[in-house]
Amino acid sequence: MKPMKTKNLLNGKISQAKKGKQKLFCVFLTLGYPNLVATERLILFCEKAGVDILELGFPFSDPLADGPTIQFSSEQALKKHVTIKDAFQVVRHVRQKGCRMPIVFFGYFNPIYAYGKKDFASDAKTAGFDGIIVPDLTPEEEKDFQADCRKKDLSQIFLVAPTTSDARASKIIHKSQGFVYYVSLRGVTGARKTVPSDLKGQLNQLRKMSRKPFLVGFGVSMPEQARDISKMSDGVIVGSAVIEHLKLGIRSAERFIEKMSQAVHRP
Amino acid sequence: MKKNPDSKGHFGPYGGRYIPETLSRAAEELTRAYQEIKKDKKFQEELRYYLDTYAGRPSKLYEAKNLSAYFGRGRIFFKREDLCHTGSHKLNNALGQGLLAKRLGKTRIVAETGAGQHGVASATVACVLGLKCVVYMGVVDIARQALNVYKMKLLGAEVRPVHSGSKTLKDATNEAIRDWVTNVEDTHYLIGSVVGMHPYPMMVREFQSVIGRETRQQILKVVGRLPNYLLACVGGGSNAIGFFYAFLKDRNIRIIGVEAAGAGIQSSHHAASLTKGKPGILHGMKSYLLQDKDGQVQIAHSISAGLDYPSVGPEHSYLKDSGRVSYYPVTDRDALCGFELLTKLEGIMPALEPSHALGYLPKLMPKTKKNDIVIVCLSGRGDKDIDTVKQYLGAEK
Repeated sequence: MKPMKTKNLLNGKISQAKKGKQKLFCVFLTLGYPNLVATERLILFCEKAGVDILELGFPFSDPLADGPTIQFSSEQALKKHVTIKDAFQVVRHVRQKGCRMPIVFFGYFNPIYAYGKKDFASDAKTAGFDGIIVPDLTPEEEKDFQADCRKKDLSQIFLVAPTTSDARASKIIHKSQGFVYYVSLRGVTGARKTVPSDLKGQLNQLRKMSRKPFLVGFGVSMPEQARDISKMSDGVIVGSAVIEHLKLGIRSAERFIEKMSQAVHRP
Repeated sequence: MKKNPDSKGHFGPYGGRYIPETLSRAAEELTRAYQEIKKDKKFQEELRYYLDTYAGRPSKLYEAKNLSAYFGRGRIFFKREDLCHTGSHKLNNALGQGLLAKRLGKTRIVAETGAGQHGVASATVACVLGLKCVVYMGVVDIARQALNVYKMKLLGAEVRPVHSGSKTLKDATNEAIRDWVTNVEDTHYLIGSVVGMHPYPMMVREFQSVIGRETRQQILKVVGRLPNYLLACVGGGSNAIGFFYAFLKDRNIRIIGVEAAGAGIQSSHHAASLTKGKPGILHGMKSYLLQDKDGQVQIAHSISAGLDYPSVGPEHSYLKDSGRVSYYPVTDRDALCGFELLTKLEGIMPALEPSHALGYLPKLMPKTKKNDIVIVCLSGRGDKDIDTVKQYLGAEK
C-alpha cells in the first residue's frame, strides 16, 4: 500500500478543537512497554476513546527528565531492544489500519542523533508522525535538525517550564509548532496528586503571548485534576499515570484513558 | 586557536547545552554569575585564600628520581595533587563552585560521585561554607569506595544510593540532575568534572587550571624550561584539562591523556570513550560517548570508579579531533602495575585513577631522551582504593 498523503494531522486537530472550543487530551505511551503489540493496540484504543493527540515515547537509557515510572517503562522496553525503526513500523501499521489521530514522537536526542538527524526527520514523517518533542533539546541547539523537521512538516513542540523567564518563554512559544507543552512543575515526570497552586497565574501570563494551545503535562494523574487543569489551559498530557495503570494490565490502562478522556472533554 | 568555548559553550562541534527547559534559567544564571566572579577581585581573593590555607596550595612538584632511574631515560616529575586536602584535585573545583553557590544565594548543593573523591570534596566544602549537601552515588561504587562513603557521612553529607542503570557514576549523574531539576530554586548542582551542560565544562576547567599554572611556574623555576611531555588520566577529564590548559599553546609539548581500558578495548568492559566511542549526547553535552548503534548509552567498566564513565568532557573530544592531545587506553592490569611501581619505588600510593597515567609510562619512557622532562599529574592518593588493590593483587598472587 502506498503511504497516504503526508498531511499534518496535528494542525488539523488543533484548528478543529479551536473552532469547537474543545479541550485537547494527549496521552503518552512508552514504545514497547509492555511490548510492541500492546503499544499498537493501545494507540488504536486511544483514538476510539477520544484521545486527541498521542505522544509515542521512545525509550532511552538515560531519561534524565523522567521520574521512576517512565524510567521503569523505558528500561523494560529497552530489554526488548526496541529501536527507532520499531517506532516507525508501529506508526505505519496504525496508519494502515486507518488511525487518523495525530501522533508525536517523544524522545531524547541521542537516539535521533545516532539514527541520523536528516534521515530521522524524513523517515518519521513518511511513517506517519506529525510532530516531535525532544525533552533535552532547547531551541538553541541543533538548528539544522530543526530546519530538517520544518522542511518535512514535522511539527516541533517545545517545552516551557515554570522557571522559564517571560522573555525566553515568548521566544520558545514563537518557535513551538502546533501547541506549547507547559511543564506544570519543577521536577521530573511522575504522577502527583494536586494541582500546583501557581499554575493558573502562570498560564494566564503565557496565554497573553500567543493564541497557540497550551497543553499541561508533568504530574497529571487523576480525572478531577485533569478537568481542573483543562479549565485553565487548552488541555492536558498524561504519561506516568497511564504507565502506572499499564503496570496493572492493558485493560486497566484502557479504562483509565477512557475516564480521563471524559473528564477532559465533558467538564 | 579560537576562543574555546564559544558563548553557547561549544568546543568546536562538542559541548553545548542539551537540557530540560526547567534547567535553562539555572544554567543561564550560573553562566552569568560565573562571568561576574571571574572579574570580581574579592571573590578571587576569597577563593585564593581557601585554596592556599585550606586546600594547601600550591601543591608540590616532585622529581621521582627512583622511578626515572628505573626507566633509565627522561626525568619524571609528579604534580602532587594527592597532597591536597581531601586527597585529590577535586577540592579546587568544589571550593570554587561552593563559593559561587553561596553568592547565588543557594543553601543546598547536590553532587554526583564515582570514586567518592568529589563527594568528599563537596561534603567538605559544604561543611566549611555552611551549605546542605546531598551526594548521589551508585551502589556499585558505594561498595567499592566504602571509606569515602563513611567520610562523607562524618562530614554531615547525605549519601543517596543510586540503584538505576549501571549503578555507577553515569547513573549518579542522572539522579543529581533530576534532583537539581526538582529543587533548582535553592540548590546548586556541583558537578565534579569538566562534563555536563554549559557553563560546567568551561567553569570546572578554569577552577582546575590552577594545577597547570602552578606546574608551569614550578618547572620553570626548578629546571628552567618547559617539559617535553605531560601525562594525565581522563575519566570526565577535570584533572587533565586543569593540568594541560596552561600548556596547550606550547606546541612542542606532547600532551597525553590516558583513559581506562578496563579489561581491554577489544572487550566490552572498558571506559575508553575517546578511543572507542562516537560523538553523542549525554548529561547535557555533546561529546564522545560509548553507545550502541541505536544510540543507547553503554555501560562503562573500569577498576577505577573515578574513570568509570561512558563519556568525557567535551573539550577533550575537541582536543582529540584537533590532534593537540593524544589519548591512549590503559587496562586495569597495567594501571595496577603503575600503582605497584610508584608504591615500591617512591613510597607514594596513588589513587587508581592516576595509576592509569602511570600505567602508560612503560610505553612512553623508552621513547624519551635522557634530558626529556615528563610531568605526570598525580591527581589523588590511593587510601580509598587499598581494598580494591588488595582484592585484585591478592587474586593474582
